[in-house]
Amino acid sequence: MPARSAVQWDVLSIRLVFGVLSAVALVFLIAPTLIVLITSFTASQSLRFPPSGLSLRWYAALWDADQMQRAAWNSLVIAFWTTIISVVLGTAAALAIARGRSPLLRAADLLFMSPLLLPALAFGFAALIFVNKLGFTPNIPFLVLGHVIVCVPFVLRTTLASLSQLDPALLEASESLGGSSWMTFRRVILPLISSGVGAGAFLAFMASFDNVPVSLFLADERTEVLPIHLWQQIETNLDVRTAAASGLIVIATLILMLAAEKFAGLTRQMR
Amino acid sequence: MNVSDTKLALPLVALFVAFFIAPLLVLLALSLHGDVAMKTWTLANYAKFFSDSFSTSILVDTLLLGVKATLVCLVFGFPIAWLCARAGARWQSVLLFLVILPILTSVVVRTFSWIVILGRQGVLNQIAMGLGLVNEPLKLLYTETGVVMVLAQVQMPLMVLPILTVLSRMDPNLADASRVLGAGEWRTLWKVTLPLSIPGIIAGCILTYSASITAFVTQSLIGGARLIYMPLNIYQQAVGANNWPFAAAISIIFMIAVIAVVAVLSAIARRSETHARA
Repeated sequence: MPARSAVQWDVLSIRLVFGVLSAVALVFLIAPTLIVLITSFTASQSLRFPPSGLSLRWYAALWDADQMQRAAWNSLVIAFWTTIISVVLGTAAALAIARGRSPLLRAADLLFMSPLLLPALAFGFAALIFVNKLGFTPNIPFLVLGHVIVCVPFVLRTTLASLSQLDPALLEASESLGGSSWMTFRRVILPLISSGVGAGAFLAFMASFDNVPVSLFLADERTEVLPIHLWQQIETNLDVRTAAASGLIVIATLILMLAAEKFAGLTRQMR
Repeated sequence: MNVSDTKLALPLVALFVAFFIAPLLVLLALSLHGDVAMKTWTLANYAKFFSDSFSTSILVDTLLLGVKATLVCLVFGFPIAWLCARAGARWQSVLLFLVILPILTSVVVRTFSWIVILGRQGVLNQIAMGLGLVNEPLKLLYTETGVVMVLAQVQMPLMVLPILTVLSRMDPNLADASRVLGAGEWRTLWKVTLPLSIPGIIAGCILTYSASITAFVTQSLIGGARLIYMPLNIYQQAVGANNWPFAAAISIIFMIAVIAVVAVLSAIARRSETHARA
């Protein structure tokens, strides 16, 4: 029957076109991560792919990369504090925004999300001028506050999403049974939104660990962070230790992502 | 709801007022002054920017770069979201994991691996020459084509996720009804699925656009020193030339341009949403 084959051709062609486009896109999405990972195990001095031989020598060389280790430690400490502050302030604000109806809260929501849309580099520069005008020089606490501004939207988004799934009847039940607001929060709300908060905390940590535009202005020689250190390495002398450091970051990210997927359902939270 | 709930937002509001709004106001004030001491008010920085064709061309190039990267993201991102929405729960998780992976891998690392891929002796050139497609290595690194390619890869998840959200909320009966009534797959896509996913598409476009034009690391590492976009321009004026008032003016112009683009896109999204409901 010609009609039937036309329908099948229709179904087939859309699957073919979308399948091919998706396949190309997925290769482009994944290939860079795989290539940097494989290149980092090279035995040679150059960054050629595929590597001519495999070894762990560049990973071993990281043991002596003092400056890089200090930068990595700075980044971890800053990301840690950024995550803690973002989670506490972000979750509290999400509770207010999810339950409030006032236009002021809508405006606050918009304000909290704006760092995601505005050029982060312009904010970083503004923060530097501001700190300077106050008579301070950039230091770690200012750097953390700057990171919180650009990382808190992630916590807010995922927490608001999980709060919107919360059944209000549960809260009423808790309150009618005499639970205080703190008890209701601690025993009812928190367990139900913990995966949203967890996913947001993970995203905030990664965003802080990876931040360049804000750190560029608020970090100095002493507080150099890892992404900026690597960026400068890539711009000046492209050595294979950078690939090994990148390989470590990729592996750590993968492990953290799998953990976030298992405990907080990361892929569900990001939709 | 009681009043104490609203108070929970206060600490974050306080932080944003003190460390987000205040710095931006200081930035605005500095842009209207001739020197860092801020003695006299002037519009000279803005006049300098708009009277210099090099500066304005950087602004135009940056805004166009965002359009190109966003379009590439849309052409490849929509099919991924479409496939994701139709996949079973397990496959959907796997696909989403692969889509999210790049955005969580450090941007410096991602950009670095693109240097390995796009270079003269890079993977792409090896493949192209191996297949006999080209006789000499293509120049990809330090070109705008290269920058667009890398931006599209880096920002793709920001396009896929909002589209996936609208696609998975869509009533599957609508597409079925369209098919039962005799519309083919392509017609259903054009007449039903695509119009209904416009809010997600626009949300994705807003996110990818604003992320692409401000992607300082990608732009500067892949574009090199000769391709200058707004973020690098701000950085060079602020740190290289140490001209803070001018850098402040460029920052303000850049921010207003971003807000204008986002506002136009949001207005389109709102119109299409009321249209869909009517």
